[in-house]
Amino acid sequence: MENKNIISKGKVTAIVGNLVEVETRGALIQNGICFFQHDGKEIMGEVIKTSGQTAYVQVFEATRGFKVGLDVHFIDSMLEVTMGPGMLTRNYDGLQNDLDKIDGIFLEAGSRSYPLENDSVWHFKPLAKVGDLVTAADWLGQVPEHHIQHKIMVPFKLEGEYEISWLAGEGEYQLSDTIARLKDDNGREHEVSMSFTWPVKKAFRGYREKLRPGKLFETGVRVIDTLNPIMEGGTGFIPGPFGSGKTVLQHALAKQAAADVVIVAACGERANEVVEIFSEFPHLDDPHTGGKLAERTIIIANTSNMPVAAREASVYTAMTLAEYFRSQGLRTLLLADSTSRWAQALREMSNRMEELPGPDAFPMDLSAIIANYYSRAGYTLLPNGKSGSITFIGTVSPAGGNLLEPVTEATKKVARCFFALSQNRADSKRYPAIDPNDSYSKYVEYDEFIAFAKREISADWIENIEFVKYFLIQGNEIREQINILGDDGVPVNYHETFWKSELIDFAILQQDAFDAVDCNSPLKRQKYMLEKVIGLVRKEFSFSDFDEVRDFFKRVINLFKQMNYAEFKSQQFKEYEAQLEEYINQNVTVS
Amino acid sequence: MRAKAFQKIYCRLNNITKATCTLDATGVGYEEMAYVQGRTAQVVKIAGKSVTLQVFEGTEGLQNDAEVIFTGRAPWLPLSAHMAGRFFDAFGSPIDGLPAVEGREYPIGGPSVNPVRRKQPSEFIATGIAGIDLNNSLVSGQKIPFFADPDQPYNQVLALIALRAKVDKIILGGMGLTRDDYLFFKNTFEKGYGQSKIIGFINTTDKSPIEMLLIPDMALAAAEYYAVEKNEKVLVLLTDMTQYANALSIVSNRMDQIPSKDSMPGSLYSDLAKIYEKAVQFPDGGNITILAVTTLSGGDITHAIPDNTGYITEGQLFLRRSSDVNKVIVDPFRSLSRLKQLVIGKVTRKDHPQVMNSAIRLYADAANSKTKMENGFELSDYDRRVLQFAEEYSRNILAIDVNLEVEEMLEETWRIMSKYLSRDEVGIKQEFVDKYWVES
Repeated sequence: MENKNIISKGKVTAIVGNLVEVETRGALIQNGICFFQHDGKEIMGEVIKTSGQTAYVQVFEATRGFKVGLDVHFIDSMLEVTMGPGMLTRNYDGLQNDLDKIDGIFLEAGSRSYPLENDSVWHFKPLAKVGDLVTAADWLGQVPEHHIQHKIMVPFKLEGEYEISWLAGEGEYQLSDTIARLKDDNGREHEVSMSFTWPVKKAFRGYREKLRPGKLFETGVRVIDTLNPIMEGGTGFIPGPFGSGKTVLQHALAKQAAADVVIVAACGERANEVVEIFSEFPHLDDPHTGGKLAERTIIIANTSNMPVAAREASVYTAMTLAEYFRSQGLRTLLLADSTSRWAQALREMSNRMEELPGPDAFPMDLSAIIANYYSRAGYTLLPNGKSGSITFIGTVSPAGGNLLEPVTEATKKVARCFFALSQNRADSKRYPAIDPNDSYSKYVEYDEFIAFAKREISADWIENIEFVKYFLIQGNEIREQINILGDDGVPVNYHETFWKSELIDFAILQQDAFDAVDCNSPLKRQKYMLEKVIGLVRKEFSFSDFDEVRDFFKRVINLFKQMNYAEFKSQQFKEYEAQLEEYINQNVTVS
Repeated sequence: MRAKAFQKIYCRLNNITKATCTLDATGVGYEEMAYVQGRTAQVVKIAGKSVTLQVFEGTEGLQNDAEVIFTGRAPWLPLSAHMAGRFFDAFGSPIDGLPAVEGREYPIGGPSVNPVRRKQPSEFIATGIAGIDLNNSLVSGQKIPFFADPDQPYNQVLALIALRAKVDKIILGGMGLTRDDYLFFKNTFEKGYGQSKIIGFINTTDKSPIEMLLIPDMALAAAEYYAVEKNEKVLVLLTDMTQYANALSIVSNRMDQIPSKDSMPGSLYSDLAKIYEKAVQFPDGGNITILAVTTLSGGDITHAIPDNTGYITEGQLFLRRSSDVNKVIVDPFRSLSRLKQLVIGKVTRKDHPQVMNSAIRLYADAANSKTKMENGFELSDYDRRVLQFAEEYSRNILAIDVNLEVEEMLEETWRIMSKYLSRDEVGIKQEFVDKYWVES
């Protein structure tokens, strides 16, 4: 907040937790920012309700030591982020303070730091020319930043059409240097640098249109890509009780997904999980660019012990940064872990404001807030005809693991992919614990994806997915029958169907996130293995009893697992494959 | 926490509830400490001139003309290297009959660690209990609770782990402890270590339950002192956090807050996270590990207290009496250590992760076979073998009375697997099977 215009001043009249009432005679902006002059420091807050001359402010930090009569300065803007080259690899808090620039081990109240480096030097190359007519988010030029060409855009806040009256030539410039002058309708000139601000709670709409997603977004996770695919610009969510592997799955997505930029919002979750990203990503290779993972990643860390109000801000900060990268024509992946913590932050505030509560004491407008947030993701056609996307995957931590709670229900209405983590699968260590029968992807019904799959994967891909899904349902039904009737109570061919579904489970659904090879399965490999499994499932065998069925499939499953652990098409892989073929041929009756 | 002499004195209470009182006062800071008729209290709400105080020792017998002194500061604790071997109450006053500790005064419940200054935990904490070391390995800087019904020996296990763990300080935060349990801890540690390692902050059941709200902050302020200033490895034991959460709900109820699930305050998650997130690996080598106890009611983990805890902590350990071997075991299904991935197969032997998972999967198969057996179905040969496997595995690995080195646990698990199963049935990477399979 380097240039803040104070619009009014006030004094504190009441304090409960981080909700503070401020009396002022001046102007107030709903969701406007204010600063408490406490103990020689400025503590930031946001106006969340006004009533007469009283502002109800949620304070972004601890209010310990606040007194009645404390001076408060209200400024003329809402909570904003500053965007420009140099954001990749950074670790921000929910208010976009650069955590690495804050001194000391502890986060003392009032510590703030600028998210970018104003004196950093970038090699600017113009993409537009003088005389061009431009609007917000049009590309003026680009600077190289790690693996991407970071687009320098017309600031999002500029409304209407402008003419470029001057544009810097190719060369080295500091972030804060003027690189363009834009003339508005009235002939007034606006100087533009490489960075600009945008209020986080406002969706940026500077694109031509939002399209229906239909391009597969590869994650390397078989049970997602093959069975419940998510699209570029798609939305999905992962609900699951604690211990079911939400975070491991999110980290796998952050590591492997085919994205240009990954933004991870660690919202009210464990600090050590963020530390894992901090410490591992700088050393891990990005499977898609050859650079390091950290170079495509931005972390917004507002962990569970950091102030609750900033937790709410953190998801919006993350989304706004994602919109910024999408406008550059990049595939952006936004992960938020967990949206339930964000909802709880809303609940805490609503409770302190003594609003009438909705279900489970959450605010009444919770589902509207969630719907609005998910709607900011998407696949967009940019003004220049190029496309960009925000793929959003949020986790939900349902209280008591019960999926009939307000956050899960509200999210289910808006997210198109549902990756339900099951306690049963987690208990029996069938990871990732995504339940194959409960989970779904609405995108498999999209004509756009069906056409994509036919064109890019294989003509029978969709049929294959449906076949496997149907088989898993059958297998599940037979499992229940066996549990009720006993092994002897069902015919042998039931056992065969059941074990075929187990094979699909072990060879396709289950994946070892901690094995260097198995953790990431590219689509080509997924297709190969799926077809191999289906080939076997379609074969008929004539077993004499269920022990024989079990022994046969245990052996087959083991060989498939060994294949999954081996490099694709390596010598080792081929050896296991040959063993498998031989073993199958010995037993098959009809192929 | 003792008062200083320069404060303004008020003597008119407008309102007294079971846990709070309200008076008119000016110049008061939020969360400031005060004394009401000599009882310790803290500011929890300010509305204009009206200040609400939470009275830790309870309000029974308070007069409406009670003398109120504000201290002008947030709660603090004097800390020095002379704390070791000592036991204190919730206010930091000695309860062991020895004189008070002099030291620099530190605020309690202070700011959180900047996440980028944390280091990734990487030190394996061996306990000798295979149900923990093999299946749910502890790592320094971790926070993990025992989920246990009140009749289970969680305090004994807690004490046992503390005695075996190689740490510099053990800080016990006792909340709602019976006097018997307090003496159990005190005697156990004195026998095990003398005066060198243990520091206790104890709220016993004969004190007001509201007092215990200070215990975790006291214990963790002391832990931060040793971990940051002395670079020591500190193990904090918090028992019982369910009592703590109940005390929170009493206060929020008295303050007319809208309760959320199970009558708990809506802020329960944040309140608990503030405590548990004090577990950390500092860059200079010091660390804080938190081992807590959350008592359950009839094993129900969907109750708001264990549920919120599970989302905050890095795993949970379940104790359960196994009817097969009549011993208390660490339940392999529901227990989980989230940080184990940082050490297993890295600090410990390479086959550790796969051995662990396979054995648990086989144990799960045995549970299914047992259901079949109980329902009167005929058992297959495989059913019978996994059942035998499970029994031996429960007795030699899962039982809490096991005391082994990690390598011994791995060897033992390989031995039991090899005894009852075939190589194909364990589903472990070929190179490990080749290396460790025990031919009979």
